[in-house]
Amino acid sequence: MKDSLPGGISIMKQLLTGNEAAAEAAIQAGCRYYYGYPITPQNELINYMSIRMPEVGGAFIQAESEIAAISMVHGSAAAGGRAMTSSSSPGISLKQEGISYLAGSELPCVIVNIQRGGPGLGDISASQADYFQAVKGGGHGDYHTIVLAPCSAQEMADLVYDAFDLADKYRNPVLILGDAQIGQLMEPVEFHKKPKKNLPAKSWALTGAEGRKKNVVKSFYPVKGQLEEFNAHLQKKYRTIEEHEARYEAINIHKADVILVAYGTSARICKEVVKKSQQYKFKVGMVRPVTLWPFPKEIIRKVSERVECILTVEMSAGQMVEDVKLAVEGRCPVHFYGRTGGGVPTSLEIIKKIVEIVPDNRAANTLLQLAEVK
Amino acid sequence: MTEKIILAGFGGQGMMLLGKLLAQAAMADGKYVTYFPSYGTEVRGGTAVYYLIISNEEIFSPLIEEADTLIVMNQPSYQKYKDMLKPDGLLVLNSSMIKLNNLPEVKTYKIPATEIASKLGNVLVSNVVMLGAFLAIKKLFATHLILDQLQAMLKGKKGNLFSLNKQALESGMQVIKTA
Repeated sequence: MKDSLPGGISIMKQLLTGNEAAAEAAIQAGCRYYYGYPITPQNELINYMSIRMPEVGGAFIQAESEIAAISMVHGSAAAGGRAMTSSSSPGISLKQEGISYLAGSELPCVIVNIQRGGPGLGDISASQADYFQAVKGGGHGDYHTIVLAPCSAQEMADLVYDAFDLADKYRNPVLILGDAQIGQLMEPVEFHKKPKKNLPAKSWALTGAEGRKKNVVKSFYPVKGQLEEFNAHLQKKYRTIEEHEARYEAINIHKADVILVAYGTSARICKEVVKKSQQYKFKVGMVRPVTLWPFPKEIIRKVSERVECILTVEMSAGQMVEDVKLAVEGRCPVHFYGRTGGGVPTSLEIIKKIVEIVPDNRAANTLLQLAEVK
Repeated sequence: MTEKIILAGFGGQGMMLLGKLLAQAAMADGKYVTYFPSYGTEVRGGTAVYYLIISNEEIFSPLIEEADTLIVMNQPSYQKYKDMLKPDGLLVLNSSMIKLNNLPEVKTYKIPATEIASKLGNVLVSNVVMLGAFLAIKKLFATHLILDQLQAMLKGKKGNLFSLNKQALESGMQVIKTA
């Protein structure tokens, strides 16, 4: 099914993995520089790029290491190109130095992390244990990457496309935080032709200084006071991003007794619980953060004012739950259910946890009834 | 309608392709589809399992806690996944490679897929024989949707393999019709 319009815009639904959807979306967003080093479970992405990049006249390099790949991204981004790299957890750890330099040099780029189990070499199954690394910095210095968390192959395509615009708009690296399931799950994907955004020209890019003043791209400010001034500028930019770019999906939050907060793969399983609960008296709603940084604090604060409690579900030992608690500020109890090391929560486990945290027969009766309905 | 299918065999028996053909045909039929492969680090000779969900409604969790159908190609896969089938589920097994001491309580179809494929001249199409059998049992959608997918997949140098695959599909269907 390779039918496409001029410009490679497919008009047909294709059955693609999240990894392939990410790669094709990047191509369609104008990314012409991809550098990567293979690692499961993101290999479909690098494989797709190795075929597609030459077709569109772009650069594909299988680098000698993850650090080399992120450094190549630095070079292409500094020259004004749309550049991308991808890896999975252990490989993303290796890239942290480069990501800090990209943030410090204010270079736009897109980095995809298809998380696998950790710590260390871990395993190759789905995990969400890199949340802290993704949203709290990861590398050294006071910086943030914008973090987007898709929960389907279609959303992977949509968010990767948006990621390039966000990166250019704010001159900042954007991280796509998926997991082995989001990366490898095949689903129908449609690529919609999107209107071109009005983005600032890259007048800072290193394009050859003939006829103009030279540009400098750097993250080194050795003169006393300069670095503090630069940090103030970065923080101002981060506040603007926090104010304008937080995104979430809210489902049945208005009648809910309990709100689930989850992203990515965990969110899909939570959606199943939400859907099942709708025919009963005891209602479960959900807030799914689409941006993990900036975190959608406002909506979580709002729901915390009227629900009995909040349950955060993650494939980790409890990371995002800290941001949920910061948003709630003690307005209601915040509970946590998590699986680690490749374990994926089931809808039944989530229902049992809700019954445990709501000391109310009404909830117990309804939800256990609900568990019977498969 | 929601059909949750687990496909399992050893790496190389073509379960990935079998599921992909079903998924693409379902997509062409306007259905919602999720197709999730799950394999360990030891692919060659190891068990490969795939989770396929086809539905008229949006699919949330792509994982299968209880399957409507289990399609299995070899003994270890059968042992490993038989308990994931729901009590009134459907079991389609490759009887050339799975020997049962006692018949399972679920509805079972035994397809000598490896044998049939060998007779057709290529053991590699045993997966398509199983696909034919499954289509004839469940009738999820019209056969031509699968043939369209095969035709699209077997182009150029692989074009001569289309008729072999078509034969394999029909042979699988025939086993059910004459059963």
